[in-house]
Amino acid sequence: MRLATSLCFTAFCCSVLLAAPASIAANTKQSSYELMSAENKAMQDDPSLNPAMFWVAEGESLWQTKLGPKNMACTSCHSDAKKSMRGVATQFPKIVKGKLQTLEGQINQCRSAAQNAPALAYESKALLALTAYVAVQSKGMPIAVKETSANQEQLKKGRQWFNERIGQLNLSCAQCHEDRSGLKLGGSLIPQGHPNAYPIYRLEWQTLGSLQRRLRNCMSGVRAQQFEYGSPEMAQLELFLMWRARGMPLEAPGVRP
Amino acid sequence: MSKTSRTQVTVPASAKKNSIIEIRAIVQHDMESGFRYTESGKLIPRDIIRVFTCSYNNVEVFKADFYPGIGANPLIIFTTIATESGTLEFKWLGDDGYAAVNQARITVV
Amino acid sequence: MKKQINFPLKMHRRYWLQRFQKFGLFTLGAWLSPSFVFAKKEDADEAIQKITGNAKIQDGRVTLTIPPLIENGNLVVLKVSVESPMTANDYVKAIHVIAEGNPLPNIFTVYLTPRSGTANITTRVRLADSQRVWAIAQMSNGSFWQGSAETLVTLSACTEMV
Repeated sequence: MRLATSLCFTAFCCSVLLAAPASIAANTKQSSYELMSAENKAMQDDPSLNPAMFWVAEGESLWQTKLGPKNMACTSCHSDAKKSMRGVATQFPKIVKGKLQTLEGQINQCRSAAQNAPALAYESKALLALTAYVAVQSKGMPIAVKETSANQEQLKKGRQWFNERIGQLNLSCAQCHEDRSGLKLGGSLIPQGHPNAYPIYRLEWQTLGSLQRRLRNCMSGVRAQQFEYGSPEMAQLELFLMWRARGMPLEAPGVRP
Repeated sequence: MSKTSRTQVTVPASAKKNSIIEIRAIVQHDMESGFRYTESGKLIPRDIIRVFTCSYNNVEVFKADFYPGIGANPLIIFTTIATESGTLEFKWLGDDGYAAVNQARITVV
Repeated sequence: MKKQINFPLKMHRRYWLQRFQKFGLFTLGAWLSPSFVFAKKEDADEAIQKITGNAKIQDGRVTLTIPPLIENGNLVVLKVSVESPMTANDYVKAIHVIAEGNPLPNIFTVYLTPRSGTANITTRVRLADSQRVWAIAQMSNGSFWQGSAETLVTLSACTEMV
């Protein structure tokens, strides 16, 4: 079934690429929420239907859990997340102490530096829960990643990753998500590929997952070597994607097919 | 020592006597179907929630049997008549000793 | 390009090999035809038979709602609604939902009482493939009613490498 699917995917890729490209005009940023069915939209919008809320609840619990030799919880430094974390998720990735950090990276940085606790693995329940809990505090707020003198170089690298052809299918992110967004690939509409809803409950995964997991799926989709979780390349690409989506309201935690 | 997970129930806090109320119950559970394989080709054993019940002041008013075809993090929405004030109790039972319980109070006027 | 009837021995072999290849492909196509793929329909029929015994199943009163086109079959919103006064003398005892195209036909069963108020249920199911899904309602008077819905299941793009 998977082989047939990937062969179909390859065939459709060829047919799509022969179609005339249609680029995103300025100021027409569209969330992939708009491409979803009414049922899936309702799943995202209603907390009593959104499975991601379980991770948010777990995150709230972890936020208050004391651990490590200093017996520190997130609350020890950040007290009430509803106040201290408001707007935070819309600013990441950003340069913190000279290093480009994603939100997950920053959570792990806090864990090791302030709590003296081991870093949480990417896609682990705990890291997803904390990311979801922090992200939801910025729900509805516009993505605020800007180009600055500090992140300029990293943003440039991110833009290069976005435009570079990769993989056996030799496709760049831009070729589908910039030039052909709104057209169809197989049965699905091609979204612009904005990271404005992460972390998401992806129906395909049947669980909550991070932007990095989704980007690795994109890369496996074009048969490319995937960036490693937590790598500088991932952070650069994330930075570019969030900058590209600036101004869009954060939908976290989202639901996607 | 049974295993358990988070649940969330949505019940109106109050209702008129004999009105029909909608109840939503969702539980965090992978509902491992028993049809998936690991990367090395090993079959992942079935591990699902089997039964969900709702009792209203200790009288069972709703029951559902779940099979592997129920989606992960199972949601069920059903109705019941608001007969009297009291407690609605929700129970989920599943494979490998899984059990979860939740409650909601309702005031019937 | 006109096909030649008289050709040397070597071409004879190639000619028949091509004919067999075409026949093989035709057989493969027939094997993959709907009647084979939906052999699971027999499992569905058997599951329904187990529920109803040899009782007659009437069409109607049962409305099964699934989106006609599904982006991902892992989590599909499914609504069943059965017309019934839901009184002590006339109510829906149980609703069974059976899929024709899943590895297991039974998806779920709900048991209702006169206290249920309505026979409206919403849940989220897995649909393995494009298929028809059935809802069989068992009434308090012992009668069976059925409704169905057909749907197309697609797959989201760029899935994970397993």
